Amino acid sequence: MESIGVLMVCPMNSYLEHELEKRFNLFRFWTVPEKSAFLATNKNSIRAVVGNSSAGADAELIEVLPKLEIVASFSVGLDKIDLAKCKEKGIRVTNTPDVLTDDVADLAIGLMLAVLRKLCESDRYVRSGKWKKGDYRLTTKFTGKKVGIIGLGRIGMAVAKRAEAFSCPISYYSRTEKPEIKYKYYPGVVELAANCDILVVACSLTEETLHIINREVIDALGPKGVLINVGRGPHVDEPELVSALVERRLGGAGLDVFEHEPEVPEELFGLDNLVLLPHVGSGTVETRQAMADLVIGNLEAHFLNKPLLTPVV
Amino acid sequence: MATKETDNQQQRSSQELPVVLVNRLPSFRLPSKPPFEDDLLSHFHLLDPHDSPEPYDSFLSRHASSIRALITVGTTPVTAEFLNLLPCLGLVVGTSAGLDHIDLPACRSRGIAVTNASSAFSEDVADCAVGLLIDVLRRISSADRFVRGRMWPAKKEYPLGFKLRGKRVGIVGLGSIGSEVATRLSAFDCSIAYSSRKKKPSVPFPFYANVGDLASNSDVLILCCALTEETTHIVNKDVMIALGKQGVIINVGRGYLIDEKELVQCLLRGEIGGAGLDVFENEPNVPKELLGLDNVVLSPHRAVMTPESFEALLQLTVANLKAFFSNKPLLSVVSNE
Repeated sequence: MESIGVLMVCPMNSYLEHELEKRFNLFRFWTVPEKSAFLATNKNSIRAVVGNSSAGADAELIEVLPKLEIVASFSVGLDKIDLAKCKEKGIRVTNTPDVLTDDVADLAIGLMLAVLRKLCESDRYVRSGKWKKGDYRLTTKFTGKKVGIIGLGRIGMAVAKRAEAFSCPISYYSRTEKPEIKYKYYPGVVELAANCDILVVACSLTEETLHIINREVIDALGPKGVLINVGRGPHVDEPELVSALVERRLGGAGLDVFEHEPEVPEELFGLDNLVLLPHVGSGTVETRQAMADLVIGNLEAHFLNKPLLTPVV
Repeated sequence: MATKETDNQQQRSSQELPVVLVNRLPSFRLPSKPPFEDDLLSHFHLLDPHDSPEPYDSFLSRHASSIRALITVGTTPVTAEFLNLLPCLGLVVGTSAGLDHIDLPACRSRGIAVTNASSAFSEDVADCAVGLLIDVLRRISSADRFVRGRMWPAKKEYPLGFKLRGKRVGIVGLGSIGSEVATRLSAFDCSIAYSSRKKKPSVPFPFYANVGDLASNSDVLILCCALTEETTHIVNKDVMIALGKQGVIINVGRGYLIDEKELVQCLLRGEIGGAGLDVFENEPNVPKELLGLDNVVLSPHRAVMTPESFEALLQLTVANLKAFFSNKPLLSVVSNE
């Protein structure tokens, strides 16, 4: 298999790079100075693309790689892959579901606790020496707060299970109601936002869910409400979110993702009711290894004509 | 004029409402949110020596025969010597989660009941313990600093954290706070074990009589026990070594539960993986070596501090006092075990 060309579109994991290099002819796209020339030269040997949440395989790239057979994403989200184009050309697509579910759900709860109990702010308070001058103020109780979840897939359900242990009543919005689920369903996001204290984005990014958190939803969540985003940056109308936070029309936010990562709106840095993370939802040693093993496993299975481990298309 | 009116008021109310002494260090006050004093005054006649122009000792001895119950504010001590000044005392109402400032044996030998407040705080303290644990393992505070420091565009990647699911959590002290921690972390699929003065037969988790053994079999230690002579420095160097290089310690109990100097050394040498600390030996002083570490999360003794826990504390305080004065069972009496 060493002659099979695999194009990794951006750096994501050195263990994955190392393992792919052992098995395939790995091209590191980000090290190439002249990308068009490179693609022209190597297009006939590239049979697989490995992407992640930052970069994948859009229509342009797919068109330029006539021998492309499979796109394996080092992520569960598929928003960087032109799925329609892949279906049209018979290109297989795989992702990394399940292995990262717990970590993303843990982070969502961690963000809720950090925002409500101001863990990062009070850590700063201690490190700066301010505690010697006076006590930190009261924070807000988390137990019992109403949690509303947008998207009740694997990650949404895992968030619900954890929040229930804190006696949080759970409600949700989803494309369709799930009658077998005991949580309260709201047929619209605005209604969900109006009836919860903490709103969590846990759905996939599609054309329908782009800017699903808009001004109306933010207003419904209100000055005591908290938004937690462990989905994708474009789920949120970021300028609207920023002005709502600056004007204190929204109570607080815990954000792991942004519209233009790694750029984060400057206005957010001065606010104390936020926690800002650099897209670390699946960022644990254990989970990244498991994700890498899935990418490798899927590619090996494909080129050995075996069933794919986690196919999407 | 004011004094005469107050005296008349006191005379009228002392005939109607039970007398409760407010025991506080001069710098401490009953919480104002919710308004403790206002609420208590509707049920009880409060005596506060520090609010009187009369010298402390004289005030106390003048009222001693009418004082059957007292509220001790925060960590205001209740010593044997103090108890000797109040021969009619039958109840001490604690208002903090811990009781290490109250001479429990002295109360016991004088037949004085003591009530604690841990049930008012236990959810908030447990929430804080879990929050600190996730923060340490997933580097939340550290990553927030990274982003706010504008380092993300330059550095691109942030160091990986560690998975919480499947971690072996050892809880030191399975009282009301420890139990709430166990309930929460079970939902994250952590396995729970505990150490306590005595094994609790109704509890399904494995019991270790010795904290060192608990540490050897855990990835995380969460300290939720009371500070007593026996538990001072219960987490010492041996326990930390037993916990291991990836081990994480969360302390929401009292600073003195841990040998703080050893903790600092173990963190600096990489003998343990990280720590989340709400309490310290000499608050508000924190060992300066900790201030530069990214695998440590520091909290200024705020685990109980939410308006909701104060509301619960007020209700519990009033309920215990009412029960006492109507000879009904106390709600949160400290048992002798």
